[in-house]
Amino acid sequence: MSFLKYRLRMDKNVHLIMKILTVFSIVTILAILLGLLYKAYPILKTHSLTNLLLSKDWFPQKELFGLFPFISSTFQVTGLAMFIAVPFCLLASIYLSEYASKSITRLVLPLIDILAGIPSVIFGIWGIILIVPFIRDYVAPFFGKVSSGYSILTGGIVLAVMLIPVMVNILLEVFNTVSRGYKEASLALGATKWQCIKHVLLIKSAPGIISAIALSLSRAFGETLAVLMVVGNVTKSPKSILDPAQPLPALIANNYGEMMSVDLYDSALLLASLVLFIIVLFFNIIARVILRRLEKNNH
Amino acid sequence: MSLSINNQSNIVVENLNVFYNQRHALKNINITIPSNKLTAIIGPSGCGKTTFLKCFNRLIENNDNINVTGNFLVNGQNIYQPNIEITEIRKKMGLLSQRPYPLPMSIYDNITYGPKIHGEKNKEKLDHIVEFYLKEANLWEEVKDRLHSPANNLSIGQQQRLCLARGLAVEPEFILGDEPTSALDPISSKHIEQKFLELKNKYTIVLVTHSLRQAKKIADYVIFMYLGEIIEHGSVEEVLLNPKNQLTKDYVNGEIN
Repeated sequence: MSFLKYRLRMDKNVHLIMKILTVFSIVTILAILLGLLYKAYPILKTHSLTNLLLSKDWFPQKELFGLFPFISSTFQVTGLAMFIAVPFCLLASIYLSEYASKSITRLVLPLIDILAGIPSVIFGIWGIILIVPFIRDYVAPFFGKVSSGYSILTGGIVLAVMLIPVMVNILLEVFNTVSRGYKEASLALGATKWQCIKHVLLIKSAPGIISAIALSLSRAFGETLAVLMVVGNVTKSPKSILDPAQPLPALIANNYGEMMSVDLYDSALLLASLVLFIIVLFFNIIARVILRRLEKNNH
Repeated sequence: MSLSINNQSNIVVENLNVFYNQRHALKNINITIPSNKLTAIIGPSGCGKTTFLKCFNRLIENNDNINVTGNFLVNGQNIYQPNIEITEIRKKMGLLSQRPYPLPMSIYDNITYGPKIHGEKNKEKLDHIVEFYLKEANLWEEVKDRLHSPANNLSIGQQQRLCLARGLAVEPEFILGDEPTSALDPISSKHIEQKFLELKNKYTIVLVTHSLRQAKKIADYVIFMYLGEIIEHGSVEEVLLNPKNQLTKDYVNGEIN
């Protein structure tokens, strides 16, 4: 009888510990949000929010803190990276899951995992020695433009390569969960592989594909170091993707801890962090909504 | 619309061997599948029934490291020859699997999926196909008012009948059933069995089944397999009621499983 009591008490305790840890992880998100809000409050008190978000003028010495160039650069670099990475990863993972033989998959997957483990500073250096000159010497002249090579395009390409392992791994997992029976049902009717992929596999895995994109998107918004190294870090609104820019994470990493003599500078950078945090949160929520709708449609 | 009725539809298997990763899964299979009859393949789990069935439409090739040797003649043509168009073979073989797999689309689109991938575009004809084959599978009355709702919303028994209609809509010559009633409730099973009895006048049917009762009830011809080999084959009376081989006797009496 006492052993039963002991087992029941253990059950309760373990339950409680796990509950506390779960709550803790949620509280962390809230704590970050509140901390950022608290720190950004001074600048929100003296400047209007629309002005802060939409003004192009960033001159901390004159107390002008327009975040628009950074927000716009963030979206451009991330958008470009996703534009390259999503079709690339989709097709690569379809190939690996549907067409490639087991032995090829077994060879390729570990290599992709190695890509995932490479520190971002190395991606940055790779961007500087390979992509930057390529953009400067070939791509920009091709479009009749002059570019230092440090540009949104370079940042987008480097970021896209960094997203590959994350996305391919998730997508493969997603495609694997589609029951073989569905593919066989389609094949048995005389469909080609591509017809199966188009009509069955992609539709069955649509919710998973959305999740994969959402996860990569969060990662892309936040990726700091490699992008910072190749993007040029200029506080002007870029006119084309061959111009240099400075996304929000780069702005924060480049300037935090410096020039703290300027009033409100610290607060402005924390507002930038808050904006970044909200952007990521916003896209996560959008992804959830789409996901819920797809699942409701009962695919 | 008339169903394609082909009394010449026949399957002859000669010296078929299948290796899965070096494992000898099917050993020297020699059999002639009788035309316009229902042939049941029985045997304990892992005896190679499903592997054999998957040879009929070459779905077996979806596995890695598979090696098939021998002749598999469908209407006199070896379907394992390299120049054979695999989608044409599969079009001839309607498949009903263990549990229904409705494609992620509407009831209507599930039926037209096959005809469409083979090039049928005429809307009127497609409408006609949907009605004809849903009636053929005894599903029309239950779904005619919601043809455009997702097929997933149907009950599992209805889904299996939908899959049957979908398979018939590509006008196959053969119907392959891989334990098609094993996931169904007794009433739905009965529906499918009844349907098979009607269909065997028009098609050559090959049915893998776990249920001796089902084999006795609807089969004309029985193949008993054990450890990748055909042990005995013949009419229901010969194999199920008066088995000659000791293994068959043991299986029929429920002593091997």
